[in-house]
Amino acid sequence: MSPVLAGVLQLLALVVALGLAHRPLGDYMAGVYSSDKHLRVEKWIYKGIGADPGAAMRWPAYLRGVLAFSAASMLFLYLLQRLQGSLPGSLGFRSIDPDQAFNTAASFVANTNWQSYSGEQAMGHVVQTAGLAVQNFVSAAVGIAVAVALVRGFARSRTGDLGNFWADLVRGVVRILLPLSVVGALVLVACGVIQNFSGIHGVGQFLGGEQQWNGGAVASQEVIKELGTNGGGYFNANSAHPFENPNPLSNLFEIFLILVIPFALTRTFGTMVGSVRQGYAILATMGAIWLGFTALMMWTEFHHGGPAFDLAGGAMEGKETRFGIGGSSLFATSTTLTSTGAVNSFHSSYTGFGGGITMLGMQLGEIAPGGVGSGLYGMLIMAIIAVFIAGLMVGRTPEYLGKKIGTREIKLAACYILVTPALVLGFTGASMALDTPKDSLLNGGAHGFSEILYAFTSGANNNGSAFAGLAADTQWFNTTIGLAMLLGRFLPMVFVLALAGSLAGQQPVPKTAGTLRTEKPLFTGLLVGTITIITGLTYFPALALGPLAEGLAS
Amino acid sequence: MNNTVANTTRLLGAGLRAVLVLTLVCGVLYPLAVTGVAQALFHDKANGSEVEDGGRVVGSELIGQRYDLPLKKGQETPAPDLRWFQPRPSNGLGTNSVNTRYKLLLSGATNLAGDSGTMKDKNGRQVCDPRATEGLCAQVKAAKDAVVKDNSTARHKIRPADVPADAVTSSGSGLDPHISPAYADLQAYRVAERNRLDVEDVRKLVDDHTDGRVLGFMGEPRVNVLKLNIALKHLVAAEG
Repeated sequence: MSPVLAGVLQLLALVVALGLAHRPLGDYMAGVYSSDKHLRVEKWIYKGIGADPGAAMRWPAYLRGVLAFSAASMLFLYLLQRLQGSLPGSLGFRSIDPDQAFNTAASFVANTNWQSYSGEQAMGHVVQTAGLAVQNFVSAAVGIAVAVALVRGFARSRTGDLGNFWADLVRGVVRILLPLSVVGALVLVACGVIQNFSGIHGVGQFLGGEQQWNGGAVASQEVIKELGTNGGGYFNANSAHPFENPNPLSNLFEIFLILVIPFALTRTFGTMVGSVRQGYAILATMGAIWLGFTALMMWTEFHHGGPAFDLAGGAMEGKETRFGIGGSSLFATSTTLTSTGAVNSFHSSYTGFGGGITMLGMQLGEIAPGGVGSGLYGMLIMAIIAVFIAGLMVGRTPEYLGKKIGTREIKLAACYILVTPALVLGFTGASMALDTPKDSLLNGGAHGFSEILYAFTSGANNNGSAFAGLAADTQWFNTTIGLAMLLGRFLPMVFVLALAGSLAGQQPVPKTAGTLRTEKPLFTGLLVGTITIITGLTYFPALALGPLAEGLAS
Repeated sequence: MNNTVANTTRLLGAGLRAVLVLTLVCGVLYPLAVTGVAQALFHDKANGSEVEDGGRVVGSELIGQRYDLPLKKGQETPAPDLRWFQPRPSNGLGTNSVNTRYKLLLSGATNLAGDSGTMKDKNGRQVCDPRATEGLCAQVKAAKDAVVKDNSTARHKIRPADVPADAVTSSGSGLDPHISPAYADLQAYRVAERNRLDVEDVRKLVDDHTDGRVLGFMGEPRVNVLKLNIALKHLVAAEG
């Protein structure tokens, strides 16, 4: 069997597995966020928080909940890192410096998991397990909660009530992420991922001497790293490290974990707005883009365009033997089209076009299928823009799912899509204009520009993967990327929740013969076109200076 | 105004309590429970899949290691011990710079770009610069020259075109425990000669230690270098 065929078969197996999980998981999640009942453990948690899970929240109250919880998370994670040196169970690692601790706290709270540290030489058991892994759960649950609030905005009428943030947060953790993680972690351990609390210890070698390893609760963190589309590796090499991703089966399973919730949320959306076909139209858009990107990636990596790869006889630099080019390409597009950013191979050593595809995937706004929750609300914003453009073309007031898209709605959607490009291009421009940031570059020329463009694209879109040639542990990059991550996460949430509030307050408009049928393939086509045009117009000039220049030269 | 401050404080208090409670659930109870079950059901795998030979731990089947001669005086990097099968290059493997009291393995890739160390040919296309000393082109070229030189024996010459890509590129983790079957086969002649074994016996050893794709389609065929070298050691002992 040729490697190309094996790659395609792995892609098909993934599609089948995701298809099988889609309906049950999507319907289950719809039930979780629609139910009136509280589990006993949830009641204990609400008592601990001191929150009433039944209280209805208008959008400003919901937003205050999101921001207060995230601010508290950041403070806690920052202090945990700053105090690491004095905490027990830290393997003797010292406290993290202030700029790096800020960057890391922002990164994990914003569901980005950009890492300017190397896990195995900086973070001990306590920070990894009780700090970073916890944010993997809760930042994912916050993302899903905000998406569910937007869906409620579409589903409800003449009310300000978007649900209760604390209930949505706790249910996301207790009923969705935790049960799936327990099962997934054990599957990973069965594949060979380590799960222990041993300290740094030597292990003998074949020709004598020893290697030094640190142990860790890796499987329990690995599973939520993928499932919550977080991406922060326990080890520096992330999912390329054999202890995080030991064999081809664990590799495919991890890609499945990355994609399963974002795709299934379209079913949750369809069920909650009362028309599963609306959900399928969104799913089709996400699926088409994901498949297209993956096919392109496999083509360019197998074709190994690039001087050094032609000399080597294949684009295997930065890739592991057990995954090969197929398993690596599949992981690379899935991690950058979601907000995951975990890597099983190193994007900086991809072909010129391959690196461009990973970057473009993030620049779409990570909506195909996107991060948990953030992918769905990002795609729904694009759907609103698409409906608006269609409305302009035929001269009708646009409406989506029975809600009028008026001035207020379109302003909020426009603000949403402007935030991340402004952050990416602004900070990239500033870094190129200043003298010192460029000292961090490993490669020169077009690829060097790509390293910086990639870093801010990854940060502002909350991805977290890197063209890791960039030495990002400097005060400039720790601070600016930290800000890009926070603003790129929470400003869009403000617009999404304001939009949800405005939609929920509306009286639904009845469907007429002139209503745009948003559940039809025509709309899926329109949506793909809208996404392509908006992203293309925004980023084409920057991409032309980086990956396109590199790809066309070889 | 006072009201706003009081409200904000109350809200932040709720946020902080939520963080603490959820840390207890997701950061203490959950990892402890998973560790307990994992240690009970999959004890060896949960602790790093260590491999023993002759009653001694010789590494993990998941983590690559070097098979080098002892470092000689004046040498900066040790020379490979050509009696044993060699792993992929690991130029991205870092040295621990933060906690220098440990000699931890710092996993990582080179992150070098495919167009580093290049020049324009007469048609204006970018090609590897044969005189480059830095960049991926230079690393690949140096690795290829070394593979050809080390593996060519009196009766079996290796051509540059025979060298597979994994032999001259560094992996993502720098700890790749595997090589491709093609690279293992290429080394068989040299390994046989250095150990005074029959080439066919060594090739059979490679075949026996080649793992196919999982279920026939997942991942790539591969050879675990540590396991292969252990088997080689036993073969040498049996023949000798």
